Amino acid sequence: MRKTSRFVAAIVAVTVAIAGFAAPASAEKKTEFKLAWSIYVGWMPWGWAADHGIVKKWADKYGIKIDVVQFNDYIESINQYTAGAYDAVTATNMDTLAIPAVGGVDTTALIVGDFSNGNDAVILKDKSKLSDIIGQKVNLVELSVSHYLLARALESIGKSEKDVTVVNTSDADMVAAWNTPDVSAVVTWNPLVAEIMATPKAHKVFDSSQIPGEIIDLTVVNTKTLHDNPNFGRALTGAWYETMAIMASDTPEGKEAREAMGKASETDLAGYEMQLASTKMFYQPAQGVEFAMSGSLHKTMDSVRKFLFAHGLLGQGAPSADVVGIAFPDGKVLGDKNNVKLRFTAAFMNEAAQAGK
Amino acid sequence: MHRRLINAYPSRGASLLLSALPFLLILLAYLAGSEARLAVNPNDKLLPAFSSIGAGFSRMAFEADKRTGDVLLWVDTAASLARLLAGLAIATVTAGLLGIAVGLLPYMRSTFSGFIAVVAMIPPLSVLPILFIIFGLGETAKVALIVIGITPMILRDMILRVEELPREIMVKAQTLGASTWQIALRVVVPQMLPRLIDSLRLSLGAAWLFLIAAEAIASQSGLGYRIFLLRRYLAMDVILPYVAWITLLAFLLDYGLRLLQARAFPWFVEGRKQR
Repeated sequence: MRKTSRFVAAIVAVTVAIAGFAAPASAEKKTEFKLAWSIYVGWMPWGWAADHGIVKKWADKYGIKIDVVQFNDYIESINQYTAGAYDAVTATNMDTLAIPAVGGVDTTALIVGDFSNGNDAVILKDKSKLSDIIGQKVNLVELSVSHYLLARALESIGKSEKDVTVVNTSDADMVAAWNTPDVSAVVTWNPLVAEIMATPKAHKVFDSSQIPGEIIDLTVVNTKTLHDNPNFGRALTGAWYETMAIMASDTPEGKEAREAMGKASETDLAGYEMQLASTKMFYQPAQGVEFAMSGSLHKTMDSVRKFLFAHGLLGQGAPSADVVGIAFPDGKVLGDKNNVKLRFTAAFMNEAAQAGK
Repeated sequence: MHRRLINAYPSRGASLLLSALPFLLILLAYLAGSEARLAVNPNDKLLPAFSSIGAGFSRMAFEADKRTGDVLLWVDTAASLARLLAGLAIATVTAGLLGIAVGLLPYMRSTFSGFIAVVAMIPPLSVLPILFIIFGLGETAKVALIVIGITPMILRDMILRVEELPREIMVKAQTLGASTWQIALRVVVPQMLPRLIDSLRLSLGAAWLFLIAAEAIASQSGLGYRIFLLRRYLAMDVILPYVAWITLLAFLLDYGLRLLQARAFPWFVEGRKQR
């Protein structure tokens, strides 16, 4: 009898322990924070800033500790953030809406870092017009920004996804896939675009510079954590814009920074600068503020949420694209005002802009 | 005298209870974890409540998809099973025939055994780009990956089993005047068939692994495809029932093979019991 009760107690203990592990970090005042980032042209500054003590300098200024962790798998970093293991993550506007926001994690876009201005592209083999894509199999990472770019490209010639066949293909295998005779059309991002364009039969027929400002790279933070710990936001923007200033400068120090970021993303200075050329970086906080305040952000997010809704990504049984509310710095809300889960803010970027003056 | 642990058997009821216990524990842990997370965030996607898992399953299994009009679970299951069964069939036939030949004929053994031992050690997933060039990215490639993945294992097992056949049987058949061909057909093949089923059962796990890996690379349908696609959106309410469904299919396949073995080769199963 005693044995049995001890056994039950053990089970209960184990269960409670597992449950404790599984519970997400709840926000309150705290001093230690974690930022997850992954390799992409517009997010390389985070790795560099962490390696060069800039993040630590700003964290120390506010008496906090910020752990900057690099993920090899972009989606996994967002999933970990959504599950509550991280306080901040780097993500695109589309994935931020579809993963944490739809998953009920109220998220604030703290830094609008850049938008893709040619970094994402539709590439055809042996054909040179976008309309040649009709009826073809198109290899891309399904439900990613590539998929969104394809939808927008088809829209631009009055067609829709029904006119092509989408084949989900892992980004890790995209270049190898392109080199097989089966594959005649791909949509992907840099540096894969550059690698595929270097093959003889590749023709770029559409790229993100034709939908400027729609594929946005953000650094996002858990809204509650940010609300309870505004200094975390200040430390992040401080470190970010100090790094931006160095990176943008035409000095040996700036060049060294760009070269290091290139190396960290498996390319060199020339390769990284080529990727930067097709990325509209907001080097100054004021540029980020202006973009966040602009009316075009409404239009973009509306187009993005409609795409997500059409693909069933706004949650099961979502009656319309309005289920998740998106708030903008001017106070306007797109969708359900009582269920705002994605917030664009210019406040922290603005503070950084004022401080820099 | 104190009874040794190796001789202590649970009663029938206790045995049933004990076998259910690990499942119950997992279930309990899941429930507790899920509730803790949902209390903080009712939209949590990582450990959804059983009701959302049920809703996710019924959406995939009984409702037509908005975009394609297909009922996705069945389309995925049909696509995956077709690939898996084709891969298993090709691998079994190839490994069965080649295994008997290599195990039986010294010339074949000299030629192939070293080669097979080396090739079997190459992890197929590490040479994917080469496989793409040879087999493309379509259905052929997916079946080929399964075949390449599991054939060496079945093949090596077959060779060992043939070599294990008692020497006396071979000698006896020869004194009775049987030719190589007759020995292969009348002595070796009947002995090998039930063992081939054993080997196939053991390679089922690997076959599923390669199937799902193949579907993750480039695909338009399939159970592995769906899981990798939905992973992008942390849709555990669909992923978890898919995992349970795959487990069930794999279990049924294994059970079916065991049944086939018992029906078709009762002498083999009896012989094993007596050992």
